[in-house]
Amino acid sequence: MTQLITTPNIPDADGFYAELIALHDGLTDDESAALNARLILLLCNHIGDRAVLAQAMAQAIAAHTNRDQK
Amino acid sequence: MLQDRYSLAFTLYPYQRSADQDSAAPVHHPVVIMGGGPIGIATALDLGLQGIPVVVLDDHEGAGVGSRAICFSKRTLEIAHRYGFSEPLLDKGVVWNLGKVFHRDSKVYEFNLLPESGHRFPAFINMQQPYFEKYQVDRVRQAQAEGAPIDLRGKNRVQSVEVHDDHVDLTIETPEGPYQISTDWLIGCDGASSPLRKMLNLDFEGRVFQDSFLIADIKMEAEFPTERWFWFEPSFKNSGASALLHKQPDGVWRIDFQIGWNVDRQEELKEENVRRRLKAMLGDKIDFELVWTSIYTFQCRRMKSFRHGRVLFAGDSAHQVSPFGARGANSGLQDVDNLGWKLGMVVRGTAPDRLLDSYNEERVFAADENILNSTRSTDFITPKSKLSHLFRNAVLDLAANHSFARQMVNSGRLSAPCTYDGLSLNSPDKLPDAPARTRPGATCPDAPVGDGYLLDHLGGGFTLLALGTEIPESVTIDGIGLTCLSLPTDADQSLAARYLGAAPSAVYLIRPDQHVAARWPTFDETEITAALRKACAKGN
Repeated sequence: MTQLITTPNIPDADGFYAELIALHDGLTDDESAALNARLILLLCNHIGDRAVLAQAMAQAIAAHTNRDQK
Repeated sequence: MLQDRYSLAFTLYPYQRSADQDSAAPVHHPVVIMGGGPIGIATALDLGLQGIPVVVLDDHEGAGVGSRAICFSKRTLEIAHRYGFSEPLLDKGVVWNLGKVFHRDSKVYEFNLLPESGHRFPAFINMQQPYFEKYQVDRVRQAQAEGAPIDLRGKNRVQSVEVHDDHVDLTIETPEGPYQISTDWLIGCDGASSPLRKMLNLDFEGRVFQDSFLIADIKMEAEFPTERWFWFEPSFKNSGASALLHKQPDGVWRIDFQIGWNVDRQEELKEENVRRRLKAMLGDKIDFELVWTSIYTFQCRRMKSFRHGRVLFAGDSAHQVSPFGARGANSGLQDVDNLGWKLGMVVRGTAPDRLLDSYNEERVFAADENILNSTRSTDFITPKSKLSHLFRNAVLDLAANHSFARQMVNSGRLSAPCTYDGLSLNSPDKLPDAPARTRPGATCPDAPVGDGYLLDHLGGGFTLLALGTEIPESVTIDGIGLTCLSLPTDADQSLAARYLGAAPSAVYLIRPDQHVAARWPTFDETEITAALRKACAKGN
């Protein structure tokens, strides 16, 4: 089974992060949320592998649970 | 009138009447530096140690109070070593390599700035800026005694300048009245609010960040280790939206609190209010004494050009960044490192005037890199929108368990020297099998050599470094003598690892500021001649 990559995998991570944030410049909160949804769907389709997607969803919700316990 | 704008930590260059004040006609000098802070004094040292007469004008008489720039980088220490004042810096400074990042109460990230051995200097030392300035001037005094033509003039305020094609006229105010001098070259090292920049009506554009930070230097007996600790949204909520803790010499700790944009400065700086924030962070049990407090806001901006004919700008007068990343004073020292040898050659007539355009080219490139890094850190630390805040916290939440997110946590990308990739003094890389870190444009990484270190042998003039191949004992090109250095590669692994990699042999042409100009597998005088001319902005 393919494992979800959680080690650094994006070259120039700072540049990527800045680009991601800049994408939202000038959008309202609702527009930003919609943009994020579109982005997630595009990326999920690119990944394709349901097992990997399931792992990503599990990790994302786990970080939320951790946070509540802080 | 000469009113002091700040009080002094150290009186370093008290006013003394200069012979220039009694001269009937304005006295002419090759180089005049405006500003006797860390950048101005370093420029004076660089040029003075080359034997070039230099006058430094400052409207105060020494180093102002306040810790201000506290983090001095490895590259700064290497530059200071070349100027001969690294020893007191290391003796006094607090060495640190480890940084920790917290979100609320949990540690999310930890970094070691120098996981590599074989360097003379640590990644950073912390030290109050006045000490740095004092050790610099101590070195100037020693150099003067050895004959270096450096003239420091305290309480000399430049009132006006008149820039001509081939010289600059200056009118200077002193406690004993005004006088005039002229100079071939004027260097503006007069800080972020540069009076010189304003006199010449030059631009200084960029971004203002809408947040304020409260700095508190405190003395305390506490068990914090000698590390950089940064908190995002600390659980001690009553102190600020972020906090930074750093150790300095003399049992002093620097604490920065992010306190928001719309604050009443007077109110926030009241001792009881500063103490309230500190108590929220430290608890009631730790006793502390307030040493210095200040509130700062910041900008990321630079001048369009650092050269305006006969006038050059260096340090904060030319570029300003947010403090995250320690890219202010450290990048200013790198400006000096870059400018010193170029101006030296132009003054001596061994390189054309346009070599100074490469100062502008290279240091603008470096300033943009520093501004980019510092802007990104600032956007991460003080998110400018709800969405940006959301992503920032998502990164922090994921960082506890996932290393991919840790690399996105940005509490400051700490100052590293710029590599002048693709700029005009470099020759093409003829040794692609050798490590990228020593490609043309890069600063030479240090390595153990004999009883000392590689960088002890580099700098001041041009050097030809040979590894695993023969070079002549001396090479002179266009009247410029190159220092020829042939080193064994079997004595220390780090030298070979950093300069050879997969290449069996190498010849490096290294600039006076310890940057690589060119490299080849073997000695070829025609190639070296072309590369040296390129590095001196001669010919095409």
